[in-house]
Amino acid sequence: MHASRQQPRTLKHRLWVAFLVVPPIVFMSLFVVYPILSAFAYAFYDWQGLARGPFVGLKNFKEVLFGVTMAPVVWNAFLHNVYALIALIIIQNGGGFLLAWLLYKEPFGFRFHRIAVFVPVVLSTIIVGFLWKLFLNPNFGIINQALYSLGLDSWAKPWLGDSSTALGALILANAWHFVGFPALVYLAGMQRIPTEIIEAARLDGTNEWQLLKNIVWPLVAPSTTILFTLLFIGAFNWFEIPYVMVGLDGSPFGSTDVLGLVFYRTAFGNQSASIQNFGLGSALATLLFLFIVVFASMLTLWLRRREIQF
Amino acid sequence: MTAITSDTPATRQAIPFVLLAQVILIANSFIMLYPVVVMVLSAFKTTGEIFEHPFALPDFTQVGNFAKVLGETAMPTYFVNSLLVTGTSIILILVLGTMAGYAVARYESRTNTFILLFFLAGLMLPLKLAVIPLFILLRDLGLLDSRWSLIVTYTAIGLPSTVFIMAGFLRTLPAELEDAARMDGASEPRIMWSVMLPLARPPMAIAAIQNAVPIWNDFFFPLVFIQTDSRKTLPQGLTTFMGEYTTDWGMLFAGLTIAAAPITLLYIALSRQFIQGMTAGAVK
Repeated sequence: MHASRQQPRTLKHRLWVAFLVVPPIVFMSLFVVYPILSAFAYAFYDWQGLARGPFVGLKNFKEVLFGVTMAPVVWNAFLHNVYALIALIIIQNGGGFLLAWLLYKEPFGFRFHRIAVFVPVVLSTIIVGFLWKLFLNPNFGIINQALYSLGLDSWAKPWLGDSSTALGALILANAWHFVGFPALVYLAGMQRIPTEIIEAARLDGTNEWQLLKNIVWPLVAPSTTILFTLLFIGAFNWFEIPYVMVGLDGSPFGSTDVLGLVFYRTAFGNQSASIQNFGLGSALATLLFLFIVVFASMLTLWLRRREIQF
Repeated sequence: MTAITSDTPATRQAIPFVLLAQVILIANSFIMLYPVVVMVLSAFKTTGEIFEHPFALPDFTQVGNFAKVLGETAMPTYFVNSLLVTGTSIILILVLGTMAGYAVARYESRTNTFILLFFLAGLMLPLKLAVIPLFILLRDLGLLDSRWSLIVTYTAIGLPSTVFIMAGFLRTLPAELEDAARMDGASEPRIMWSVMLPLARPPMAIAAIQNAVPIWNDFFFPLVFIQTDSRKTLPQGLTTFMGEYTTDWGMLFAGLTIAAAPITLLYIALSRQFIQGMTAGAVK
């Protein structure tokens, strides 16, 4: 702390400091603290459209978790979020780690590759979603067109219309969109490893795989902690890619339904037909929020213990 | 913060490994860029040409799709809305974030820890999940279906990280700077404005980029808050546009290209700052 000791402690000074800190705090209280606290409260009420009805205790929570109509949808969606998380850990974070290692060696053209891998990251998810939706079109999309021109006609599929491939296609589109992020965060983490450590390991005759597994991977643990936590939060808030590519219902047959879509359908779903339920929506949001906070903190604490000081 | 240009790691490797690494990197860059290239090329083709020759080079003088998107659709309106919303949000984030960050970094006070914890909590909480009460609050304030509904939401989301970026930087400036100005009789606001803030442009740029990209690209909050077509932002307007021209693929690709162009070009021109800004939260 370099704060000066000569600061005057007058009323004028206090007013000046208050002028600096009060507006940001009021702003945050109004638009972050208040909504989040009310989000919990709203879940305990019955709602008729936009009007709050009577206090109903835990009824909304019970309906979300065990209700005959809602619970199967919620658990089906939850499972898809878990699949997406696991697949993205492997493809997106794992792929990012390997790309970072290749970039770390600064091979020929590495500046170009570093810029290229991050291009999809700056694009809007809406653009990425629509682009891949057009590419995956069963008749005219370039994916099937390429398969036809390679003579692999039997491989061509209605990727987003087939319940066995739709979720996988969404996951791959998401990985294409974001793989550059873990790649460059890991690259920065690798560049912080003192070169002598890697040098020494090489002199000891460590092979590439052992070097990655025993030296680099443990030493980039701080990057892993933050990337896994961000991916965890992102996977359970997943909304844009599914919304754009397969629509609000998680079609076909709910095979791509995720909690973000269920939440949106429940809370705002069909404003024209007024099938919206703020009580159930708030209960789902509260449960999801608690789940994310509890598991993300546990995940962070567990990953932190792997981190080594150097 | 990590400079991307580190010392060249002393890695003397067998030729096959270097070759394999090159092949993987080139393949990856191809996969990253080719979809974007196809998007741009298809924007110069008619729908028939896209279906018949999806991989062919187009006639680049054929700009009919672009003219139609810009002349006959609401895309220019969406574009202006996105500029207004992103620009105003960034200004508010920087002003409020610098105020709080400056107070915490430069003035000793018992409340500083409380203020930092307050913003730390804001950093962790996903506001997306509080969208229902936010919706009701904005309705009560009469802001629903206006650009201000987005501006205040984005400012609230971007403020915490900006407070930390600004406070982290301002703390590193030597106390002698302000002490000298104070001896000369400068007032506190003058010291902040004329002595300290001119030095704080780099962290402001980081904070601006870190917030501008997600705000410019956001789709969720406009979807919930905005109904009127003339107030939609680009990502949200794009869904309206894509729904209207489902069969005209030339138009669709031109629309996507126009929507992607500004941020992609800006990124290519300022890739170092973009990468630094967007990974700032995850790189210590």
